[in-house]
Amino acid sequence: MSLIGTLARLEAVESGHAQPLATVRHRHLSDRPLVLVPLTTAGEAGAPLGALVGTDPERPRLLAVPQPRDRELRFGFLAELADAVLPYLEGYVSEVEPAEQSATDPETGKKVKVEVELCADAPQLIVPSRAGAEYVRLLGRSMRFRRTAEQDPETPFPAPPRVPLLGRWLTHYGERGRVPGSALLLTATELLGRHWATGQSSLEDQHLGALLAWVDAPAGETGAAAALRAELDRDDEGQLRCPPAGPATDPAFDNKLLAPAVERYDRARQLLAEAADGEAADRLLGELHGAEEAVRRLLLSQLRPTWDAVWRTVGLLRELAPGARVAERWTRDRWSFTGHRDRVAAGEPPQPRRDDAVTAARKLAARESAQAQLEAQEALDDPLVMAGRRLAGEAFAAQVVEVTMAWTESKRPSPRPLLTVRTDDTPHLAERVKVFRSLDGKPQSAEFVRYEEDGSAVLRLLDRMGRAREPAEGSVPEKGDLITWTLFEHEQRTGAGLPEPEDTPWTHGGPPRTDPESPDPVTPEDLL
Amino acid sequence: MTLMSDPGRRTGGEPFDPGAAAARATGAILADTLRGEARGVVVDSPPGAGKSTLVVRAALELAAAGRSLMVVAQTNAQVDDLVLRLAEKQPELPVGRLHSSDADPYDPALNELEQVRKSAKAGDLAGLPVVISTAAKWAHVRNVDPWEHAIVDEAYQMRSDALLAVAGLFERALFVGDPGQLDPFSVVGADQWAGLSYDPSASAVSTLLAHNPELPQHRLPVSWRLPASAAPLVSGAFYPYTPFRSGTGAGDRRLSFGVPSDGSGPDRVLDEAAESGWGLLELPARRTPRTDPEAVRAVALVVRRLLDRGGAAVSEREPGPVPLTPGRIAVGTAHRDQAAAVRAALAELGVSGVTVDTANRLQGREYDVTVVLHPLSGRPDATAFHLETGRLCVLASRHRHACVVVCRAGVAELLDEHPSTEPVQLGVTVKFPDGWEANHTVLAHLAEHRVPWRP
Repeated sequence: MSLIGTLARLEAVESGHAQPLATVRHRHLSDRPLVLVPLTTAGEAGAPLGALVGTDPERPRLLAVPQPRDRELRFGFLAELADAVLPYLEGYVSEVEPAEQSATDPETGKKVKVEVELCADAPQLIVPSRAGAEYVRLLGRSMRFRRTAEQDPETPFPAPPRVPLLGRWLTHYGERGRVPGSALLLTATELLGRHWATGQSSLEDQHLGALLAWVDAPAGETGAAAALRAELDRDDEGQLRCPPAGPATDPAFDNKLLAPAVERYDRARQLLAEAADGEAADRLLGELHGAEEAVRRLLLSQLRPTWDAVWRTVGLLRELAPGARVAERWTRDRWSFTGHRDRVAAGEPPQPRRDDAVTAARKLAARESAQAQLEAQEALDDPLVMAGRRLAGEAFAAQVVEVTMAWTESKRPSPRPLLTVRTDDTPHLAERVKVFRSLDGKPQSAEFVRYEEDGSAVLRLLDRMGRAREPAEGSVPEKGDLITWTLFEHEQRTGAGLPEPEDTPWTHGGPPRTDPESPDPVTPEDLL
Repeated sequence: MTLMSDPGRRTGGEPFDPGAAAARATGAILADTLRGEARGVVVDSPPGAGKSTLVVRAALELAAAGRSLMVVAQTNAQVDDLVLRLAEKQPELPVGRLHSSDADPYDPALNELEQVRKSAKAGDLAGLPVVISTAAKWAHVRNVDPWEHAIVDEAYQMRSDALLAVAGLFERALFVGDPGQLDPFSVVGADQWAGLSYDPSASAVSTLLAHNPELPQHRLPVSWRLPASAAPLVSGAFYPYTPFRSGTGAGDRRLSFGVPSDGSGPDRVLDEAAESGWGLLELPARRTPRTDPEAVRAVALVVRRLLDRGGAAVSEREPGPVPLTPGRIAVGTAHRDQAAAVRAALAELGVSGVTVDTANRLQGREYDVTVVLHPLSGRPDATAFHLETGRLCVLASRHRHACVVVCRAGVAELLDEHPSTEPVQLGVTVKFPDGWEANHTVLAHLAEHRVPWRP
């Protein structure tokens, strides 16, 4: 943790309330995000129990599986989830704007600009916590290789028609969610944690209820007390008043409430199957509906507090103005969304189970550069974040006390003015260390030359002064200017080219197999 | 591991001849490289075992055999150093230095060398017997004929994805590196690929060997840098299954001071280190911020006294004692802010010219005496970063004569309270020893050279 982050946490402990870590919002928030709060069955990896989903905080759609071990009911849940999520996603595919992309001309091998479509906006998914995002990935993984009856008439358990497609989309969102600074898939805990520091550990911050209690404590109560209540408070029946944000449920809920309700449902189903006549069947059907309704009510009681907490988080974040470079990062997310839309439309197969060597290396490179870019952009967008970098010696605010003109020694001298600057910060400067400032939104670089006797630093300005002998107007700071310099670069260089997958070298096992992946085999666990 | 060269253990009562053992290993490596069938040869080199010498020698022999050769190093400093070493050994050999298009991309000393051609374009250097550059620069080279042979230096510090970007440029390669030093790392999570043979965040060698397990693997058996007092500890703590020995005997290296001890903690620990090769200056137990002012000042004081007391080093290299100048001393830390704090403290004491850097940046470097701020000193917890085996190994293996460690008391208890808890990933080879164990081994040894001191 950074020093300023530690200080903020200490202040939060002292004051009893969360302290801001940012003065602007560093993630894009859609006007109409889709919130998904999933629950899973204890002890059954990948067996969904229920979910709240929707774009309207007041009208969530409840999906429930009254018997999570029943494959038919599970498929029913996934089909319903597809019905709730896909129309939302597809609502964004057709509104496009023209954009340019560079591509390699297959005939000449040269880089050329091609006109392509870019979706004007992209759908945004918000889940409560990191475990929820992980669950989105798991759902994606479990669905994208399923086969529908249309794809494969022989398949013993055909998936409902749109389930594999939803799996591909959730997989895409899950992967994109791993890119630093991306906003296609957001988690409420990370949104809050990025913008506020609480007086508890980062592990405790994983509890959405407790985290929100710190950030948004009820009037007259400290965050610490509210968080403790959120974590521990139980009602007369021994149930948590603030249920966990999922997907895992509270064992007390599972044992005392859920298990009997599911048993009642099972019993009702059993009796219905054995019903002797129409009249009995009618009565038993009523009992079955009642049992199902009871499970739904129970699930809603667990889901609704989290649902409200996620929307409360969205509301809190909306009160912050977005950072200046947030829109640029969102544009990358739109490209990502558009790219996947095109792959789906082109009929490409689902994402493979494992990345090949080249794809893995590309993803890692893209994420590393996104991480560096995010750190730089957040600092440039937000003085509070920049203060943290200054405290860490990675940036400094300095006043220009003298400007001495100097030029390179060449036939056509270029300006290399020397700036004497004074700062109270303690940057890690050493000879020839490069520093950068933002000049009209573009980085201008300088190098550290020496410290003067009186402690002021001398910098040599290196670029963005035009081609003439005299520097362009406004490109050289003037005496008295207060400028923030960073030791980190503002923009990322594009990474080195990796080979195409089919050119994977012998050191990495040679080209990957290209035959399409088979669907997941049916195992005994599938047939309970 | 039948292909491993002789680890250099004393056998059958014969006196161990380090020179002969090293020559045997080198001979086997060169034979496999020049005449072997395998596409790759891997050489593990413990600290100071003559890796650079081996790289230069292999380069010269490959060039002499008429094989077009590219050399991949990890940093520009390493590349320039290699070019200079090649020029020193064989001034008439034309060498290409491929560099970036930044300002001042290479050591200006290369301008003095007529046979070295420098360019930012690989095409300009085509046809030269040897072309040298960094992995990052090689990754941008496209549309050229592949080289017959490559030498990949510091291959254990190279990431698998960096090798992926350059491996198409050569037919065969010699991979040289130190498996005990710091593993490459990524600033973003790469867990999703853990266990894949080509995990892009793993080291180049682990990917290479996962896909080509039949490649011959060799090991250099003798450390010429580490003194007889250090090699057994470093070998035992960090290379338990691949031991190596010191190239020098117990009396070959000596450290002495012109000025006697004033009885202070720093002076006593210096005397202990001069005598035994190791010294632990132990400050009272306390939880501190990373830049623990007392510990930082203690490090600076030790360096100051080292210089003030007229240290002189006797070694097999020079006939007489050589004065211990600032350039022959280094301070090692775990974090950059600690290094910055030590630099500031040294400047306050009027010391200049002493290298102060993090373990990452000290890799591959060599000094007479090192002063180390222990990575776990004053910490409330022991994270994976601070427990990393390679970090401690780098810090404990940079010296030719003596190493002084400055540390708060209580690290052993801290270790016992924080067993390693990293998740076990399927398909990932567990590295032995783990940092926890290596830390305990080193601590136990240092405890014998402990000087408690309350500043």
